Amino acid sequence: MPSVRFRLNGVETDVDADPDRPLLDILRGRFGMTGPHFGCGAGECGACNVMIDDRAVAACDTPLWSIADKDITTIEGLGTAERPHPLQRAFIAEQALQCGYCVSGILMSAAALLKRNPKPGSREVKEALDGNLCRCGSHNRMVRAVLRAAGETAAE
Amino acid sequence: MNQPAPPPSPPKLPVNLAANPKLSSWLKFSPQGQVTVSPGKVEIGQGIVTALAQIAADELDIDIGRVQMIRASTAVSPNEGVTSGSLSVQQSGRAMRHACAEVRQIFLQLASERLGVDIASLGVEDGTISGPGNVTTSYWELAEEVSLDRDATPDVKPKPATRRALAGNSVQRIDIPDKVFARARFIHDWTLPEMLHGRVLRPQNARANLAGLKDGNVRTIAGFVAVVRDGSFAGVVCETEHGAEAALQALRKGAVWADGAPLPDERDLAAFLKAEPSETTVVDKRIASSPGAKKRTLQRQYTRPYIAHASIAPSCAMAQWNSDRVHVWTHSQGVYLLRTDLALVLKLPAENIIVEHMEGAGCYGHNAADDVALDAVLLAKAAGGRPVRVQWSREGEMSDAPFGAAMTIEIEADLDAEGEITDWRHSIWSNGHVARPGRAAQPALLAGFELENPFPRMISTNPPQANGGGGDRNAVPLYDFPSWQIESHRLTTMPIRTSALRTLGAQGNVFAIESFLDEIAAERGEDPVAFRLRHLTDERAKDVIRAAAKRARWKPEKQPGIGYGIAFARYKNTGAYCAVVAEIEGADDIRVRKLTLVVDVGEAINPDGVINQIEGGAIQATSWVLKERVRFDRQRITSTNWTEYPILRFSEVPEVEVELIQRSEMDPVGAGEAAHGPVSAAIANAVFDALGVRVRHLPITRESIIAAMEQAP
Repeated sequence: MPSVRFRLNGVETDVDADPDRPLLDILRGRFGMTGPHFGCGAGECGACNVMIDDRAVAACDTPLWSIADKDITTIEGLGTAERPHPLQRAFIAEQALQCGYCVSGILMSAAALLKRNPKPGSREVKEALDGNLCRCGSHNRMVRAVLRAAGETAAE
Repeated sequence: MNQPAPPPSPPKLPVNLAANPKLSSWLKFSPQGQVTVSPGKVEIGQGIVTALAQIAADELDIDIGRVQMIRASTAVSPNEGVTSGSLSVQQSGRAMRHACAEVRQIFLQLASERLGVDIASLGVEDGTISGPGNVTTSYWELAEEVSLDRDATPDVKPKPATRRALAGNSVQRIDIPDKVFARARFIHDWTLPEMLHGRVLRPQNARANLAGLKDGNVRTIAGFVAVVRDGSFAGVVCETEHGAEAALQALRKGAVWADGAPLPDERDLAAFLKAEPSETTVVDKRIASSPGAKKRTLQRQYTRPYIAHASIAPSCAMAQWNSDRVHVWTHSQGVYLLRTDLALVLKLPAENIIVEHMEGAGCYGHNAADDVALDAVLLAKAAGGRPVRVQWSREGEMSDAPFGAAMTIEIEADLDAEGEITDWRHSIWSNGHVARPGRAAQPALLAGFELENPFPRMISTNPPQANGGGGDRNAVPLYDFPSWQIESHRLTTMPIRTSALRTLGAQGNVFAIESFLDEIAAERGEDPVAFRLRHLTDERAKDVIRAAAKRARWKPEKQPGIGYGIAFARYKNTGAYCAVVAEIEGADDIRVRKLTLVVDVGEAINPDGVINQIEGGAIQATSWVLKERVRFDRQRITSTNWTEYPILRFSEVPEVEVELIQRSEMDPVGAGEAAHGPVSAAIANAVFDALGVRVRHLPITRESIIAAMEQAP
């Protein structure tokens, strides 16, 4: 089995697996990282979004081979309760979810946005999150939370 | 001054407490300063666990941080039936409040004896009980001496609203940190020791039978454990999820399907619904004391399509056998009800089955949560005592789970010479709206219909009007018309599987009633707000309408391409009041710009939680109205992914403004379903305002607008 090397949340990682297997399957099945969620398996809902380098990408239809030598960040690498990312703080402050199943993917789309545009407007936030589906109708709260996080980051 | 008081009726226990009177089944104290609270209701993203923690902390006078909420399980929790119908705060909240009030009283009684002071002089602050002369003890000190293994009594009175510290405040939800820090909370993210993975094979064509099954190379797949087959039910078990997926693909290649049952013509749902055999009930009838003189009759027909629950997570469950006992982990809305059905299918006593809740994604009603639980139980039989986790596919979730029932609604209004309504007749044709587990002599679970010795496919029914009705929910007008007759025709065949979707029939009925009223008001040249107010007597109803109109500056000046519409309902005619003003734009593709809602839920325990539910309901209803429709051909459901079944996206979501009318002296009612009906009608009325077209068949799309233009009036 060929081996694929990449950095996972900053850690050099080697995986021996069929290179066509989806990244999501490797993250959840091999590394027990359950932050990225399975939603559709076709890149249509964004529940499994991770950052590859600085882009938010659906892990469910990203084959393992395509991430060789790249930087993968999952929600687990974004922040922790002890050291939260501004987005995580803002989602709590805004109570920006209902069931929360889509949130880990949405946080990754938002984190990628803030990397390329630290001061987005609400239209840009909505564009950045347009590939993420939320069924509970928490969209407006999430947009507010991303704007709040952007404000905090800028203030720091 | 001294009015004779009416004779007091003897106090009664709240219903859910009367059904589960043992106090220790609701809460327990630890000497370490914690209270564990175990309601029978479950978290489905609506924030109920936080609201119940608030109620408990308030009544006990403890910091909410001391409350640990236990997930519902048939092993330990009170049986509170199903978490549905916007009833959890009402039912579980009242029971919890009463149970905690009584427990507080029991502790105070013991403290009074220990401290030798009068009970009336004792106070509680964060669990510390103190009295005159600085005598103190605490719940935690007394915990081991107090037995709560006793039944609740009706005499204890909970605190008055004015003395509650937490209720009425927007306490942060206790489940949210786990969810943003990705700590495993969802069933999907849980792993049990030695856990295996299963997948179930289901046909593409509706109700096809499995005529043949060749294993092929399934057994050569790494980690293969078992193929399970019982009649048309078939599945695989593997060591890994990846292996289970591969095995399922291999199994599918070797499957031969036969028969199947034809589906209706999706282009003419009204004709289908009206032609099927049905059972007719007169839901309500009002006879005029002096009938008005009818000048003419207006008749309108409305339809709503089948709507998918379309949860973001495919349904998931785990099951583990230990000889003739099975433990099930599920995101079902009713652990006891699911247990009842599992017992029927497995022909086991219910005591042999433990059903434990774990959170899933929002379900919005009866989705596949219960079905996948039986799938896991059946596959786990082949796992030699190891637990098996089963997860459905996106395609399965969108085609095999029950849908919200399609409805055709016909309303006739007799008008007198002045255009006033003299009689109102409302008829509904629809499948039943509920086929939940645990309520019938036969199971409601999908695999149960597929076994070698199958159970008959359950035909959905409707709850009685006393429980809010089903297809007829919100069909009885809230307006003071002189006379009416409301009829419901429930189909007795069910080619497309239906069960509870948020609001049951209320979304369809409110859409129809509020659209038609708007049309009658417009014909009269009367303002739709004034028209509604003139036909209402309930002041709380008038208050939400007036407040919504005021907040939206009704009616804003006409601008080209922009329309405004208003609508109102009181959910189930007995629950939350909600009025909505919708602002839309567009000529063919409609975009909802803004929704302004005013809501009265009585006492709002957690105001931000209520607002979150209303916002979410408003956005979900916008999605239903503008986009959603289950698609099918004559053989199978075809809307099996997000391209074929689109829902509202971030770029399409309207601004939503919610105002709460807080009435802390009134019993709390749920908020989760109040917005859907009024939002649906308000959008349709705004479309008329902008385009002069009445769209009576949902969803409101380019196609339905064109069809409506061609079919005017």
